[in-house]
Amino acid sequence: MRTRKALFLIPYLLWIFLFVILPILLILWYSFTDSNRSFTLNNYVVFFRNGTFLRMMINSFWYAMLITLLTLVISYPAAYFLTKMKNQQLWLLLIILPTWINLLLKAYAFIGILGNNGLVNQFLHLFGIGPVNILFTDFAFIFVATYIEIPFMILPIFNAIKEINPAVIQASEDLGASRWQTFRYVLWPLSRPGVESGVQAIFIPSLSLFMLTRLIGGNRVITLGTAIEEYFMTTMNWNMGATIGVILIVLMVIVMLITSRKARRKKVDL
Amino acid sequence: MKKIFIAIISILLVCLGLAGLANHLEKPTAEGKKQSLIIYNWGDYLDPKLIKKFEKQSGYHVVYETFDSNEAMYTKIKQGGTAYDLTIPSEYMVTKMRKAHLLDRLNKQKIPNMKYIGKSFLHKSFDAENDYSVPYFWGTLGIVYNDKFVKKGAIKNWNDLWSKKYHHQILLVDSARDAMGMSLVSLGYSMNTTSSMKLHLAQTKLDGLGPNIKAIISDEMRMYMIQNEAAIGVTWSGEAYEMMESNSHLHYVVPKEGSNLWFDNFVVPKTAKNKKAAFEFINFMLEPKNAAQNARYVGYATPNVAAQKLLPKYIREDRQFYPDQTTLRHLQVFKDLGPKKTQEYNDLFLEFKMYAR
Repeated sequence: MRTRKALFLIPYLLWIFLFVILPILLILWYSFTDSNRSFTLNNYVVFFRNGTFLRMMINSFWYAMLITLLTLVISYPAAYFLTKMKNQQLWLLLIILPTWINLLLKAYAFIGILGNNGLVNQFLHLFGIGPVNILFTDFAFIFVATYIEIPFMILPIFNAIKEINPAVIQASEDLGASRWQTFRYVLWPLSRPGVESGVQAIFIPSLSLFMLTRLIGGNRVITLGTAIEEYFMTTMNWNMGATIGVILIVLMVIVMLITSRKARRKKVDL
Repeated sequence: MKKIFIAIISILLVCLGLAGLANHLEKPTAEGKKQSLIIYNWGDYLDPKLIKKFEKQSGYHVVYETFDSNEAMYTKIKQGGTAYDLTIPSEYMVTKMRKAHLLDRLNKQKIPNMKYIGKSFLHKSFDAENDYSVPYFWGTLGIVYNDKFVKKGAIKNWNDLWSKKYHHQILLVDSARDAMGMSLVSLGYSMNTTSSMKLHLAQTKLDGLGPNIKAIISDEMRMYMIQNEAAIGVTWSGEAYEMMESNSHLHYVVPKEGSNLWFDNFVVPKTAKNKKAAFEFINFMLEPKNAAQNARYVGYATPNVAAQKLLPKYIREDRQFYPDQTTLRHLQVFKDLGPKKTQEYNDLFLEFKMYAR
């Protein structure tokens, strides 16, 4: 019986080894070698000595943070009111619907909306303003990235709030807590796991967005993703590209650790 | 549980059906057991009618696959497992592929039509004896401008781009060698400069262009220029040609102080299975009549002098795409500078992209 169980495990183990462990090992190997395949730490020295890379790292972090924060500010109230709605399934469907459309198509749609002759500028033109430069600005980049990420934030928060026993909220109100206190001491801590998984789902991919930086940001927004693309595709310096990749992985692990440690501590049993 | 099971089965059945259908559709091309010629080319870069004609004439079956960047093509061929008989890299990539031992020598006796190619397009530094490559199309790097926003003839030189008038108006091509090269030429240096000092000077000059730049993009530029989104674009002649076809307000200028001269070339990779057909195809494409037809379809400038004569006058004498002799003399072909210097160009360009605002 035991051996049969082990047999079932084989495909999964193979999968994990081939598609998770092996690629990471390969990236690590590339990052610690030079173009002649001999061991070197030089790639890392270059990364941390070179101001450009550090600046890029800070840039990536900054934009990812802005995107995550903005998404959270928009999504939390939305998720909260969703739980109070009548036709929840319908509304939820409407929120999820945009994720069925390919990212590239959405980006091109926004190019049409934000361009000099786009919808926004045509609207502004009615009031005698414009044309205003919107495309290829930081604002456009953050706006579109936020738009794309919102469903991934609303869903986990919605589920977390929905799981909260309404009696807890009622009890808090009955015991004389103000609305703010109810939110601060009851709703927020209890919905926190949802917020955390939402933040993880958005912050981590946002660190290395590069298609949007080019299409919407016009390469005026440069993140580590841009650098990785350049090192792999243009100069074919895979070793340096892999080094940046490893550093991104490390950054992501740190973010995961920070967010999930708090989650464990705050877990409240009902 | 049962529902899921039924769903899975039906999905599998649909997939199987589709696969069978696809197989059925592909069959007519695979049958007949004709020998095939596999061409790996840029998208929309060859008149499909010519392929049909070649198939009829020679009896080979042509398989046509496409790529969208030299690097993607290089990586695919280098990884192996491909059997392309013919591909069309740009000049610097020819050098690179040759150095990586990916190319086979051409059998020039099998390509007699090479005699039609203009002397000024042969024996370039990337393949001094043309042992490995035959030029297919050539072009330049230049400035496209929209006469709705810029007065006709106002832009003649690279330095005109630095004018304060064009604040936030310029789309710059996202290519380190081209952008840095433009800055180098405007300073009077060679586009193949290896001196770090001159490169830094070029970067500083490029930084000065920062406020005028709206975006740094490649493929999307065509769409933006056609939609009157920006006044000026720095791009390649081929791209410019496509833009001008869809927007008559656009004009293309090659600054006469110098610019890049690029070539796309026929080469035969080492992995080729049917070299005989590849040579036959190259020779077929060099036939003046076919070359002229192809040049009219693609719109790029052909190095085939006999074919040039067959083109209508308005194309042949269009100085935007067939520049005059003085400009031609100032054009420079990129040399492969080796990984280290290429990296330096790219790092400087990346820094420019980060800080220039």
